Parts: sequence; C-alpha cells; structure tokens
Amino acid sequence: MKITLNGNEKDISDEIVLSALLSEIGIDERGTAVAINGEIVSKKTFHEKKINAGDRIDLLRAIGGG
Amino acid sequence: MMDELKIAGKTFSSRLLIGTGKFPSNDSMRDAIESSGAQIATVALRRVDLSKEDGDILSYIDRKKITLLPNTSGARDAKEAVMLARLAREAGLSDFVKLEVVPEPRYLMPDPIETFKAAEILVKEGFTVLPYINADPILAKKLEEIGCATVMPLGSPIGSNRGIKTRDAIAMIIDQSNIPVVVDAGLGAPSHAAEAMEMGADAVLVNTAIAVASNQSEMARAFRLGVEAGRSAYMAGLGPQGETASASSPLTGFLNRE
Repeated sequence: MKITLNGNEKDISDEIVLSALLSEIGIDERGTAVAINGEIVSKKTFHEKKINAGDRIDLLRAIGGG
Repeated sequence: MMDELKIAGKTFSSRLLIGTGKFPSNDSMRDAIESSGAQIATVALRRVDLSKEDGDILSYIDRKKITLLPNTSGARDAKEAVMLARLAREAGLSDFVKLEVVPEPRYLMPDPIETFKAAEILVKEGFTVLPYINADPILAKKLEEIGCATVMPLGSPIGSNRGIKTRDAIAMIIDQSNIPVVVDAGLGAPSHAAEAMEMGADAVLVNTAIAVASNQSEMARAFRLGVEAGRSAYMAGLGPQGETASASSPLTGFLNRE
C-alpha cells in the first residue's frame, strides 16, 4: 500500500504496525517522534498503531540547533 | 555555598548554555560541548532525511552530563510551536523546551504574541518553558507570571555576532525578574558573554560564535572563561563609574612637597 512518508510517496507492506514500519525502513524508535495525519503518536502505542493506505506519516528526530 | 544556576528546581554549575547548530561536524560539536563546560545544549527537531545516512546527533551528546533543551525553531505561530514541543517530548528528548516563534527569516525576530500564547499552553501541559524573546521587560514579566522557567532575551539578531545591542532593556529585565534571565542570540565574542554576566544575567546561550570559529573547541573554552569572568565580577561587585579621574594612590606625601 502507498503512504506519504516525510513528504514522499512510499510503497510499504500491507497490514503493518508503526514499530514494524520503523524497523523496515531502519529508523531507531528511540529519539524518534511520529505524527500520523498531523496527530502525534504516543510511543507506548507504536507496536499496535496500524498504518492505513494513504496515511501521511512524519518522522522527526533531533538535529543541531541553537 | 556553591553559585549555581537553578532552572525549575534543577541545578547547574555552568552558566553557559550551548547550541549545537552550524558545526562543521558532529565530532567538532562534541569537542566544543566538552570544552565549554556546558550542562545544557539546545537541539532542533526536524523530519528525518530518509535519503541519506546521517550520524545521529544524539549519539554525540552525553546525556548523563547534558540536559537537552529542544527548541521550537521553524515554528511560525503558537500552534506549530506547541506541536514541536510535544513532538520533542514524545521523542524522549526533554520536558524542557526553548520556545521560539519566529515568523520572518530576515531578522529572525520572535513574535511576542504567539510566544505568549504558546507559553500558556505549554506551561499548563507541564513543560519547563524557556521562551526566546525580544528584550521587552513587560513581556518578560508576563511570561514569568504565567509560569515560565526563565526568560531568554536577545542581545542582537540570531547569528549576527553583534553583541548586546539591547543593553538597557536587558538591564530592566534583570532588575525586575524573579526567574533566571538567559541572554540569548547575537553574542559573538567572549567579551559579549562577560558583559551579559557582569550585568547580572544568570546565564547566556551561545551557538553561532562557537560553531563558526576556526577552532570551535578553543572558542568554546574562551566563552566558558568569559562567562566565568563576568559572573565572578558581578558577584564581587563592580566599582562605580565616575565622570573624572580618581587616583589609585594618595597624591600627598611626595619627598619635596608638603
């Protein structure tokens, strides 16, 4: 199924939960914040949060800043 | 008694906060943090660039020694700033947030109204809020009243290295504040940091001046010394300024004179 990941369209496995998606694309859960369709996802629910076709997913991490 | 900086019940022996942007490499940033002696370091939050393998900045920061201070840079209004602060907390970075709401890129001046609105929301949600503001004594007082942990007035525009151009207003803020005053933005030389500390600021935040130096680690050390010198001078009590000279030795008692 297709989703929008950090602004780019991406094809991912069907029937996948968020934590599985993160490991599929090689993103460490620690230090990562996730918003799906503009709503922040609590880290406690990463392992059960189902991804739906068409979801807009944003993954954010710390970078240098002042 | 140790001269410590207290922010929301947490104590810090260093009064230099360091920013982590603009460094040529993560290694140079790590070395600069080490020689700055800073115990608080700011970071920003951005979308992960999935097309390239970046070194993770967090693996270069020793979180046993350093309290992370995520900023809300990139936010143009209160809503975006609140979202970024919540994301930073959810990412496990910190409950501390350097609240900055900057609507225009030329001077990067903070928006006082949106900053205040966001601060109200974030304080209620239990964040330790450190708002970046123009040097406005009334705004500073109002942010204190709603529960902000510090105020962070700017010396001059972000990254400009021009030093403290808002001196009189910062002096008023320091005079009236019951929460720590952290002079942020525009401090381009250790002498600027010393000046802020001599005025009685509780701390300063420096990023660009350290990150763009030829030797970042050495500049970090220089700022550390500047902050310490300024703080010691403030605690020791600076002598009064005068309009005329005041001789350092008595002008009487020469050999051939009365």
